[in-house]
Amino acid sequence: MGTVAVRGLRKSFGKVQALDGVTLDVPDGSFFVVLGPSGAGKTTTLRAIAGLDKLDAGSVHLDGRDATGDAPAARDLAMVFQNYALYPRHTAYENIASPLRARRCSASEIAAAVERISSLLHIERLLQRRPAQLSGGEMQRVALARALVRHPRAFLMDEPLTNLDLKLRVEMRTELTRIHRSLGATFVYVTNDQVEALSMADQVAVLKEGKVQQIGTPAEVYERPANQWVAGFVGSPPISLLACHAEGDRLVGAEGWTLPRPRWTTAEDGRPLLLGVRAEDLSVERRGDASLPGELYGLEPLGDRTVVDVRVGTEILKVKARTTVTGTPGERLLVTVDLDRAHLFDAGTGLTLSEAGR
Amino acid sequence: MAVSVDEAVSTRPARDRGSPARRFGGRGRSALEVTLLTVLAAVMLFPVLWMIETSIKENRDVYAIPAKFFDFKVTMDHYKDVFVASGSGRSTLSAAFLNSVVVAGASTALATVLGVPAAWAYSRFAMKAKKDQLFFILSTRFMPPVVVVIPIFLMYRQVGLIDSKLGLILIYAAFNVPFTIWMMKGFVDEVPAEYEDAAMLDGYTRLQAFWRYTLPLLLPGIAATAVFALIFSWNEFVFAIFLTSSDSVRTAPPAIAGLIGGTTVDWGLVAAASVVFALPVLVFAYLVRKHLVAGVTLGAVRR
Repeated sequence: MGTVAVRGLRKSFGKVQALDGVTLDVPDGSFFVVLGPSGAGKTTTLRAIAGLDKLDAGSVHLDGRDATGDAPAARDLAMVFQNYALYPRHTAYENIASPLRARRCSASEIAAAVERISSLLHIERLLQRRPAQLSGGEMQRVALARALVRHPRAFLMDEPLTNLDLKLRVEMRTELTRIHRSLGATFVYVTNDQVEALSMADQVAVLKEGKVQQIGTPAEVYERPANQWVAGFVGSPPISLLACHAEGDRLVGAEGWTLPRPRWTTAEDGRPLLLGVRAEDLSVERRGDASLPGELYGLEPLGDRTVVDVRVGTEILKVKARTTVTGTPGERLLVTVDLDRAHLFDAGTGLTLSEAGR
Repeated sequence: MAVSVDEAVSTRPARDRGSPARRFGGRGRSALEVTLLTVLAAVMLFPVLWMIETSIKENRDVYAIPAKFFDFKVTMDHYKDVFVASGSGRSTLSAAFLNSVVVAGASTALATVLGVPAAWAYSRFAMKAKKDQLFFILSTRFMPPVVVVIPIFLMYRQVGLIDSKLGLILIYAAFNVPFTIWMMKGFVDEVPAEYEDAAMLDGYTRLQAFWRYTLPLLLPGIAATAVFALIFSWNEFVFAIFLTSSDSVRTAPPAIAGLIGGTTVDWGLVAAASVVFALPVLVFAYLVRKHLVAGVTLGAVRR
């Protein structure tokens, strides 16, 4: 068993409301990612689960039991810290052995467990080194080993890959997914990197300013964002948002363009809307009649594809295109919109209006 | 300390130090520096040199006019007098030195034992009016001892602490605790709280986490702080002279001062006692100098 649930977490630091009623349910054995920008309350949520900070309100439930007041040691959780928090005066071996020593395991048990986990993470030859003699990636593995050496209820990971270089980060993403699958344990994983969230998670909770914006599978969060903010935060290049309103069977843009009104929208005429379209749902090749007139603003070749920036009125649209696309800035062109995959948000509340009719 | 001396006498060109005051080029500047430092060192060190010379001169050479710098007879009699009474047995000065050791040592230990956990708590925990509390703690040091010594004298007389080593230990500890808290809070702030968080998740209690993982990292800071506290207690004069009267309790500073003031002053004995008095602090500071430098520069490192 390893379910983690938090109910209505509230916590403020002075005038800053870090957590404003966060409720999450982490199923047993899932890879649960808490995603959000810095300052969203992700780490505070994790520390609340671990019992490291006192809460203003709310409760933490582990395996269905209320553990709100329990000391961290009593919660049977393991955590990987963003800065690894390896004990500087101890060798890697002693760092990894620490959770077992705290639980008074015998020397032979400790030796066996450390050996098992260090071969899993390929750090056998680092065991006698101190943290200062380890590289960032090696420290990260040792920190991971210190967490994985036990079989706790759940593993808490606070941006464990953020301090690694890009190549190592990609490697470790795969590795962590592999470890999660082989252990079948519950992971609560905090990150501000949406690629990590989308690629590793079973479930994603998107957090902003201490409030949960959306909880769902990576596909749900990407394909059906609950609001304009989630749509903008998840996805790269970011989703393009255009102010508009419905008028009969047309969508009329604030910049003067018109598009056929998507069948699925139920928004009443005249209500201020935002049309959100992801870069892959836009095209600079002419297809169908749903197109916007614009002019070429810039090209960002990314190797496998090129992102074309198109200016429509005062707004810049990001369009994913083939690398063969060429053009000079200022050149007039038409951008085709895949309206079936577009999103409409209420311009006032930011909430999605797409789901009702789909 | 060692660092600043090193930099001050550095003869390397000022390539990488673009201070406008260092406008002179190469040798000229370093010659000026050396000259100034030599003059300064002579002025600062002459009294020390004179004290050492007086302590090993025979009495007639001490009073000789013109003063003898080199051609005097060396004697260790004054040092013998510091420790051995004129007949036989221990001198009152040696008893005073022993008292100083006990009082300074005990008060420093007490201040450290009380101050380090307090500093840790002030560094780690959120509490109401933390800044005000810290300021209040510091404010007890605003007043010079001579201002508070009379009320303390009266209080001590009431509770029977007057003329006792315990009384001195308590008042020195009281003066050193605020200093220890403030200085140690800086050191604790430098140790990431995550070590304790990690230890607590490993399964330790908060106190175990502090004891096992934070305290060892604080040792250099504790050494530096304790040396300063020790020097304060060792050198303290005002409380010692007001609150003690008997030779069996009196510490070295008032005891040495007591040597001056009769019709004739045995300057050789005063000088020898002063050398003996100055020596432990020098030796101790020398032994922990590495920790002192580490302690003083710890806060300067950006992580």
